[in-house]
Amino acid sequence: MILARFLGPRVWILVAVILAAAVLVPMANLGLPRDHPLHVPSYAVQLWGRFVCYALLALALDLVWGYVGILSLGHGAFFALGGYAMGMYLMRQIGARGGYGNPVLPDFMVSLNWKELPWYWYGFDQFWFACLMVVLVPGLLAFVFGFFAFRSRVTGVYLSIITQAMTYALLLAFFRNDMGFGGNNGLTDFKDILGFPIQAVSTRAALFAASCVALAIGVLLVGWITRSKLGKLMIAVRDAESRTRFIGWRPEYVKLFAFTVSGVMAGVAGALYVPQVGIINPGEFSPLNSIEVVIWAAVGGRGTLIGPVLGALLVNYGKTIFTTVWPETWLFLLGGLFVFVTLLLPRGIVGTIDHGFDAFRATRRARDAEKGEAAGAVPNPAE
Amino acid sequence: MVETKVAGKVAGDVHTLTTPQGSGPGKPVRNAAEAAGPRPVEERSRGPGERAVVEPGPAGPQAESSHREPDVSPHPYAALMRERRLAAEAEGRARRDTLLYLSGVTKSFDGFKAINNLSLVIEKGEMRAIIGPNGAGKTTMMDIITGKTRPDRGEVFFNGDVDLTHHDEAAIASMGIGRKFQKPTVFESHTVEDNIRLSLSGPRSVLEALVHRKDEAERERIEAILETTRLTDKRKTFAANLSHGQKQWLEIGMLLAQDPELLLVDEPVAGMTDAETEETARLLREIAATRSVVVVEHDMSFVRALGVKVTCLHEGSVLSEGSLDKVSNDPKVIEVYLGR
Ligand SMILES: Nc1ncnc2c1ncn2[C@@H]1O[C@H](COP(=O)(O)OP(=O)(O)OP(=O)(O)O)[C@@H](O)[C@H]1O
Ligand SMILES: [Mg+2]
Repeated sequence: MILARFLGPRVWILVAVILAAAVLVPMANLGLPRDHPLHVPSYAVQLWGRFVCYALLALALDLVWGYVGILSLGHGAFFALGGYAMGMYLMRQIGARGGYGNPVLPDFMVSLNWKELPWYWYGFDQFWFACLMVVLVPGLLAFVFGFFAFRSRVTGVYLSIITQAMTYALLLAFFRNDMGFGGNNGLTDFKDILGFPIQAVSTRAALFAASCVALAIGVLLVGWITRSKLGKLMIAVRDAESRTRFIGWRPEYVKLFAFTVSGVMAGVAGALYVPQVGIINPGEFSPLNSIEVVIWAAVGGRGTLIGPVLGALLVNYGKTIFTTVWPETWLFLLGGLFVFVTLLLPRGIVGTIDHGFDAFRATRRARDAEKGEAAGAVPNPAE
Repeated sequence: MVETKVAGKVAGDVHTLTTPQGSGPGKPVRNAAEAAGPRPVEERSRGPGERAVVEPGPAGPQAESSHREPDVSPHPYAALMRERRLAAEAEGRARRDTLLYLSGVTKSFDGFKAINNLSLVIEKGEMRAIIGPNGAGKTTMMDIITGKTRPDRGEVFFNGDVDLTHHDEAAIASMGIGRKFQKPTVFESHTVEDNIRLSLSGPRSVLEALVHRKDEAERERIEAILETTRLTDKRKTFAANLSHGQKQWLEIGMLLAQDPELLLVDEPVAGMTDAETEETARLLREIAATRSVVVVEHDMSFVRALGVKVTCLHEGSVLSEGSLDKVSNDPKVIEVYLGR
């Protein structure tokens, strides 16, 4: 609730922190000698670069789940589609350096005995075209899916289930070799991006910075949308959908807008993720991935801007630590974390802090009012 | 069957709106009327403050029907057709002067008739109180008018010509029908002010909402509504923190913000203190000065305070209609409702 008033400065602080990371981390990685105490090792840059992409994905989910109340269990699909679009560009960049040395066809097509590039691979040798597809393909899927789902007024659990079914269907489709996306193995063995070697430390640092910039733009976009009248309408749809209909709004379009924007954001996150991990395969469509995103957002605090970003970074950092120390326990921990948060911190970390602060202010205001004079006119020092 | 007759009779008495021939509503004549009358005028949006102008109906069909009939005695079938056409026109004319026109409306849920051949007419500028026992179909009637529920049979016309059964909730709301629910529904995580802002009549497009800027005119309208609903000093309060009575008022305020021609208010004083009830009656009378209002209420002292015509529903149709004294002395009403 306090968010309403503090969203302004908070958005900017968050954006400033992210952009500072975009500049300082690559500098500390590339500019400082290895033995310098502030040196950031390359593996950390790569790791956190991935996490930043996850944060963008969690933020995308938050836009639909936290603000409009659509619990999507299929956001991994948009992420993976964006990733595939980028992967296709990276595949075409390999050119004749592949195992079979075919200048046009990626290796997996040669081994399938394909003679020609399928039509849907055309254009992906151009970076701009790939970028366009990164936005268009997930956006279009989100739009078409949302159009039919929201128009037929599918809500709640049923909607969650069909989003899950959507990502599962895509998982099965992308597993097939004859789809032309590398089947089981997916797309990998990338060589370079925009002419820079993809494995190089400096490229990695640049990708980290790009991911941070994308996240900052995402935060600004979501901040702008949620602070507008449309954002208020989204919350209204979340809390009392039928009421919005009876005052003349069409909640299905509100949802469609949010879902499409969110799908595009998830696609961009996927596109930045793929060059950093060097592979995209159908496993990214796995329903489990989409559920993990929900946990990140829930832990951090849905319906807030910082929450999902923080949640994605924290949970994934925890995952890295625990999967190296006790690999078998991670899934139990993750499940336990979700139960814990749902039962004890339903607002998530950031939401709980906000709420506590809000309650504190309310009691203080009540105390001030009790004291009598100038009850309403007490200036708020926090402002 | 008895109820049907009564309903027809009452509606007939009071408005002489049913067809002159006395043929009940819901017969084939309707189709002829559809053909003869002008096409339903579809109003998508109105500017704020600008009232929908209803065409003085007769112009079209009258011009058509005033041409001289031939002197030769017509074929009996033609005579029948002519009679039907004239009847339909008369009905259409009568209907066009009404704000809300329900005729022969029936709605069953799993074979149970929640609304049974209901006919009801609300004039422009009229305020009407609707009473009736639990389960009489009062809320279902509002669901039908606002497009939430589609009737199985019957006609629902707004402003004479707009067939409400062909529109959805959002379209009907934009035409100028506002609704307050039985259970107060406001946007709990928004402030009072934002609740009203979201309800203000105006463009309803998503992209407009995204780039919408608050302006002075908007602020003034919100101010006026806060004033009317006595919520001025609660403007920054989150709706979740309002008292029950204040939520009811906020919801009425949201209705006003829509600037509707017709307000449907379902049990506005349920759970209110006596003082709040009195205040609500005053508020509704004030609103009714400029708009039509339909109020559903069980609280008889509140209905008395409104001082308007009363319709008593029972088992989905009209049991009795008239002044409160007339209705409350009606033996049928006493038997099923008041005398319990
Ligand atoms: N969607 C529905 N499905 C099944 N039955 C319904 C539905 N809506 C209403 N009914 C039934 O229709 C009847 C009329 O209900 P309605 O809510 O219109 O009564 P009401 O006059 O508003 O009563 P109350 O004074 O209690 O509000 C009730 O018996 C109710 O159970
Ligand atoms: Mg009711």
